[in-house]
Amino acid sequence: MVPLWAYLLVAAGLFCIGAYGVLSRRNAVAVLMGVELMLNAVNINLVAFWRYLSPLNMGGQAFVAFVFVVAAAEAAVGLAIIISVYRSRRSVIVEDVDIMKW
Amino acid sequence: MLEFNVQTLAFLLFSLFVLGGAAGVVTTRNLIHATLYLILSLFGVAGLFVLMSAPFLAVVQVVVYIGAIAILIVFAVMLTRSMTRLRDLYNHQWAASAVVAVLLFVLLAVGVILPVWGVNGAQTPTEVSDVVADTVELGKALVDRNQYVLPFELASLLLTAAMIGAIVVARDDE
Amino acid sequence: MADVCSINNLTRCLIEGGMNPGLANFISILLGVVATATLPLVTVIFLIWVERKIAARVQDRLGPNRVGPWGLLQSVADALKLLTKEDITPLGADKFIYNLAPIIAFASIVLLWAVVPFTPLHVGANLAIGALYFMAVGSIATIKVMVAGWSSNNKYALLGAFRTIAQLLSYEVPLVLALIVPVMIAGTMSLQELTFAQQGMWFVFMAPVAALIFFIANLAEVGRAPFDLLEAESEIIAGYNIEYSGFKFGMFMAAEFMHAFTICVLTAVIFLGGWSGPFVHELPVLGFVWLGLKTAVVYIFMLVLRATVPRVRIDQLMAFNWKFLVPISIVNLLVTAFLLYVVRALGLTPAPGQEYNFVANLPQTIVLFVGNLVVVGVVVTMIRNWARRQRLGEEARSLALVAVEDENPAAITLPAGH
Repeated sequence: MVPLWAYLLVAAGLFCIGAYGVLSRRNAVAVLMGVELMLNAVNINLVAFWRYLSPLNMGGQAFVAFVFVVAAAEAAVGLAIIISVYRSRRSVIVEDVDIMKW
Repeated sequence: MLEFNVQTLAFLLFSLFVLGGAAGVVTTRNLIHATLYLILSLFGVAGLFVLMSAPFLAVVQVVVYIGAIAILIVFAVMLTRSMTRLRDLYNHQWAASAVVAVLLFVLLAVGVILPVWGVNGAQTPTEVSDVVADTVELGKALVDRNQYVLPFELASLLLTAAMIGAIVVARDDE
Repeated sequence: MADVCSINNLTRCLIEGGMNPGLANFISILLGVVATATLPLVTVIFLIWVERKIAARVQDRLGPNRVGPWGLLQSVADALKLLTKEDITPLGADKFIYNLAPIIAFASIVLLWAVVPFTPLHVGANLAIGALYFMAVGSIATIKVMVAGWSSNNKYALLGAFRTIAQLLSYEVPLVLALIVPVMIAGTMSLQELTFAQQGMWFVFMAPVAALIFFIANLAEVGRAPFDLLEAESEIIAGYNIEYSGFKFGMFMAAEFMHAFTICVLTAVIFLGGWSGPFVHELPVLGFVWLGLKTAVVYIFMLVLRATVPRVRIDQLMAFNWKFLVPISIVNLLVTAFLLYVVRALGLTPAPGQEYNFVANLPQTIVLFVGNLVVVGVVVTMIRNWARRQRLGEEARSLALVAVEDENPAAITLPAGH
């Protein structure tokens, strides 16, 4: 049986790679991909804890189902916003959307 | 450490997919390739779910993430043609964010994961039970009055709102 | 009786011969995988011939009859021809994913055969979530379209890929909703358990509307007539696989035929009772025969449908899905759920020992069938009223035209939208 800490390390690594993607990429769609990676890391964590610590309590899997729902909703709305921004500003570079800056 | 059997082999393979795909997402220049690396990573996560005795979640991961979200991202990439070969991949704070990401990983690994659940950790599960609640229990939990029916209904409301919002925001202004 | 080491007890012999038990297990599973994966590959060669013959006979011609007896070797000749064609890669195509698309196309279809129950004893992987696995593999099939359309570096391929993906994603919704109905009736998602649950009565009698919606949505998922706008041979540009030549195109074609055959097998398993038939428990190998016969019926129905029904346009296709199929499948799901609850409350379900008895299943079947008939009746009435309104509108418009013409012959203008 693979030990619990192996799964947790994989999830932590995925989270950090996703965080790096969010913080350092210029394209808005690439930032969104980083966010999806972070959500997947959270999911791996949840299922690992569910499996190893309380496999009979379905709260872990239910939580993962809700994370799926939230990720799908956020991806849909986020990409709609990106497309809308692209239509008006002709750019999806994150730093170019700055009219509200002082 | 990890004993050498098929489970460990499968775990290593799927972890390779996950982490290698993620690394590809954040380093590649071509956004379509980044989406394909994302699909590889999501597929690896689905494999890890199967290894952890959650087959339903694995299949839902494939259907929702790979079958819907990844395709949505590909459409967004194709519709916002900021050239698939980006001039500058990273913004001006890429070094700092790399440092932050590495520090965060080290902090999580050394400070939290290994001491608490590691080989000699404080709360390492000594024995992992093979009795796992199956998908029927998940279905019951999601509609049970005393369990998760309220978040379930709220989630469906959220999806409806997101769907309407996405259509309204992305619609062509007539 | 001497213990001969043969393929029957391969695992045990390997372990006794000193091999690592895990490795011996792996090798026998690998042999099973190879056998299961070869079945669709070998069948598709025969299927192309069947398709061409039946389409030809419907069109009052002979079909291939030169290569081999009755033209049986025509597919082999086609494969050889495709192998010897020049393999052109368009300039500027993304080579890695350009070559990846046919592989994904092929692989994603063969994956489906892992969950098909062939007999009461033989199933590749008795997944507890078999029906949902079918949906997952269908989702993977949309990736090949996207990858092929993009990597061809061709605007028309990309537009074709967009339309194809829109069609595939849209028709997944009624597919899932129709698939839930037999899962609800049987109480399990595993395909082997679904087949066992159909011993008493096939689900096509308990849920005919769901079976019909499942079949239609599957037709759209595969890209078969009447939804084959995606790769219409009579169009000038063939869609997402236009830039593929030679054997890669052959792989796309073979994947499409295999997909069509696979959904026929799955329709037979989920709605027509799979391997169940006379004497199948005494002689389990007969399961192959019954499954094959039912699949053949569905497949020939699909072929005749292809040869008869005209093609649907892309906007008609999407309107048909979102304005017709999805509401009907939702209503059907609600009605079936309600009726199942009523049936269980009234105690009409077969008693625990009697599930495989035909007569014991009849009350539940009759209730569900009548419910489906009511749904169909309501839908047909609504369509007839709509059609009558359309016709009256047309007649009123043409009468107005005639009236204007009588009064003032010079003032004829065609009404807008005519």
